[in-house]
Amino acid sequence: MTDKTVSLSEERRHGSFIKNNLRNYGMLMSLIAIMLFFQVVTGGTLLQPLNLTNLVLQNSYIVIMALGMLLVIVTGHIDLSVGSVAGFIGAVAAVLMVIYKVDYTLAFIACLLVGAAIGAAQGYWVAYFKIPSFIVTLAGMLVFKGLALAVLQGQSLGPFPATFQKLSSGFIPELLPEAGTLHPTSMLIGAVLALGLVYTSAKGRSREQSHGIEVEPYAFFLGKSILLACAVLYFTYLIASHRGLPNVLVIMTALIALYGFVTRRTVIGRQIYAVGGNAKAASLSGIKTERLTFLTFVNMGVLAALAGLVFAARLNTATPKAGLGFELDVIAACFIGGASAYGGVGRVGGAVVGAMIMGVMNNGMSILGIGIDYQQVIKGLVLLGAVCIDVYNQRR
Amino acid sequence: MTAMLEMRNVSKSFAGVQALRDVNFQVEAGQIHALVGENGAGKSTLMKVLSGVYPHGSYEGTIIFEGEERRFRDINDSEALGIIIIHQELALIPLMSIAENIFLSHPPSKLGVIDRDEVYRRTRELLAQVGLKESPDTLITDLGVGKQQLVEIAKALSKRVRMLILDEPTASLNEADSAALLERLMTFREQGIGSILISHKLNEVAKVADHITVLRDGRTVDSIDCHAEPIQEDRIISSMVNRDLAHRFPERSAKIGEPVLDVENWSVYHPIHPERQVIKNVNFSVRRGEVVGIAGLMGAGRTEFAMSLFGRSWGTTISGSLRLEGREMVLPSVAAAIDAGLAYVTEDRKQLGLILADDVRKNITLASLDQIAPRRVIDDIAELKVASDYRSRMRIRCSDVYQETGQLSGGNQQKVVLSKWLMTDPKVLILDEPTRGIDVGAKYEIYCIINELAEAGRGVVVISSEMPELLGICDRICVMNDGAFVGEFKGPEATQEKIMRAIMRNQRSNGSGVPEAAEMGGSQP
Repeated sequence: MTDKTVSLSEERRHGSFIKNNLRNYGMLMSLIAIMLFFQVVTGGTLLQPLNLTNLVLQNSYIVIMALGMLLVIVTGHIDLSVGSVAGFIGAVAAVLMVIYKVDYTLAFIACLLVGAAIGAAQGYWVAYFKIPSFIVTLAGMLVFKGLALAVLQGQSLGPFPATFQKLSSGFIPELLPEAGTLHPTSMLIGAVLALGLVYTSAKGRSREQSHGIEVEPYAFFLGKSILLACAVLYFTYLIASHRGLPNVLVIMTALIALYGFVTRRTVIGRQIYAVGGNAKAASLSGIKTERLTFLTFVNMGVLAALAGLVFAARLNTATPKAGLGFELDVIAACFIGGASAYGGVGRVGGAVVGAMIMGVMNNGMSILGIGIDYQQVIKGLVLLGAVCIDVYNQRR
Repeated sequence: MTAMLEMRNVSKSFAGVQALRDVNFQVEAGQIHALVGENGAGKSTLMKVLSGVYPHGSYEGTIIFEGEERRFRDINDSEALGIIIIHQELALIPLMSIAENIFLSHPPSKLGVIDRDEVYRRTRELLAQVGLKESPDTLITDLGVGKQQLVEIAKALSKRVRMLILDEPTASLNEADSAALLERLMTFREQGIGSILISHKLNEVAKVADHITVLRDGRTVDSIDCHAEPIQEDRIISSMVNRDLAHRFPERSAKIGEPVLDVENWSVYHPIHPERQVIKNVNFSVRRGEVVGIAGLMGAGRTEFAMSLFGRSWGTTISGSLRLEGREMVLPSVAAAIDAGLAYVTEDRKQLGLILADDVRKNITLASLDQIAPRRVIDDIAELKVASDYRSRMRIRCSDVYQETGQLSGGNQQKVVLSKWLMTDPKVLILDEPTRGIDVGAKYEIYCIINELAEAGRGVVVISSEMPELLGICDRICVMNDGAFVGEFKGPEATQEKIMRAIMRNQRSNGSGVPEAAEMGGSQP
């Protein structure tokens, strides 16, 4: 390319960089603002180690399902059945473990397989029969809500084996001698994670630079890395001073990393976005659009099953009402996180931030003693507001 | 004679980019005024200023219409005065009838209840005015694009129209429909309606225009009174692109080798009406280094033929043999067709060719992700290099490869689509209307690319409705009508008359009129 284009991009660089990042990090900043707000008005309760640990536990299943829902939404579909499926899987798990005394690993795997089968059944109608996903999953929502009731015969079923409960209420084992209330293993993992994040982003940046690719200005990069590392360290410090890292947080973090990688860097991720962006063009480019749509639903089924297990383990009982309304929180999380209802647009990070915004608001408002009635009103308005801001930004 | 419309010293800029500079533009009553220029020359911007899409105050200059200065706040203000704009993308609702579409906004009604008799009576009148013999009940989706365009004009006439603005009305029409449309314009001229015709087709402009204004980079660069001086296409083209275009088609010496694609006894049925045979046992071949044109009217089955070859992406019960470099191939899917070395560049790049919200880079690599993704993980640096390479090779004008393709001009979008298919390294490329909606300069570049492809030993098939284009670039032209080949001409011996005659002779023997997409394949031999 010519010198002219280089100098042109040089001029645009700072302006376009700030503009792009406002869009990418806008929701993250909102999350931080919301957290600070509740931290102040709750008199510091929000970020107390105990409450923070609870916050993680309470929202883990929403985050897990949001990862699957994001992919479904990116392909231009929706899944309304996830709450019912999660509840149904919890019921199946209870029947297997409590009544039939099946080994918990075996039951766990069986439940994930049932989730995959449910996803496949729904995905089949959507992908190959072209029935609108709204209708298929609305049907699924009713079917699995009913099946959960049937399987449990209208009763609550529990308790689960102690090892299974550890999935939600357990913490990683402490390998090092404890230092007061601080759990050193957890702290160590947090520190390694923080360093790892900074190292990989620095490596990626220098690799791009060595190929003459435009990178973010150094000051931005440095500031971002320091902030990120501090946030991770502070967060782990808080968590570690209660009972250490919860098992479910480890699972959640691993899944977020996995799905982030799949969406940004793999062929299948790229193809999923292409299907959502323009299904006809994607199919004429040799992409098997039906199969990809089918697979996103299978994936959603598995994650809904996992979420159902986590939720059941946390309550330590399976109830017919479990999972009620989860789909709304999950879908809201994706849209607050910037996914487009028309498909083709959305980020894993966005969906996670969206889920955390919902979670922090739930938690903060509960601490303040705001009734469930007004909590719903406020959450609804936040969803509408977030999407309005996004639409406004894209029009500019 | 005072002008019906006068736009004085109009300037308009967007975020520092000057789209119009001191444009002066006049249209008289009963005049067809052609507005020509490359894409991005400012034609659409000027029309948006005129119709009030850009309200008064957002531009500089004055608009005088029928003797008074006008300050339109929005498009309703200009419509109230009878300035009606018909956009390139038709704004009809496909699943509503002709009558419902025409009277969509203000149906004649009594006490809020639609007066159906009155609607039908007036619809019939309007359809007669535009020369359309269809029932007012016919759904828009059952009409061909040509007839839809006429419905759009009938809709304009249902309002009090003083000035009609047509933005590339014939871009997606075949020759017969284009001629019919242009004839309508001539009758409006007699009724004293002023028309502004935006078009890339200079032969049409030459046929109907009373006056031609040429825009380039937001300025008026030429103004030709067609009654005072003869129209010279070369003069218009050179003022549009500001370079002397001695040849509209690049020179080429063909080096034709052995056959690369052989199709025998190919037959395809309609996917929705499986009893209709759309492609009727045709034979077709392309040689290495050869550019083969497929001529025909819209609805002749050319696109359907090409897509059925390309991994059966159109039609059902496809039969026949397909050989690539002499080897018999079965291509059940698009992926298989790409692997075998076939590429199909669609006629509809926005709907079927590109992901407009994605950047140039992602669009280029979409069909060949395997090349840049060892172990299914995308190597983003390799991807960037490939994309930048195509960007400079194909001279794609974009700020960088991260720019959204939706923001590029038609010609540059087409180059992105071509890059995507070149990256798959095809043996045979089928280009369906490769220059539709593209300005003259970009067309020339596309022709050069086609030549380079043939010189590199690939077989190239060009489907086009513009006959001069086929005559200019092809070594051989096959004429398709009603799902079969009805004529074949070697490059030097082909003329527009011969091609048209081959089609018309076949039309008569079939006893059918001009086929529309909706009626396609309806008549069996």
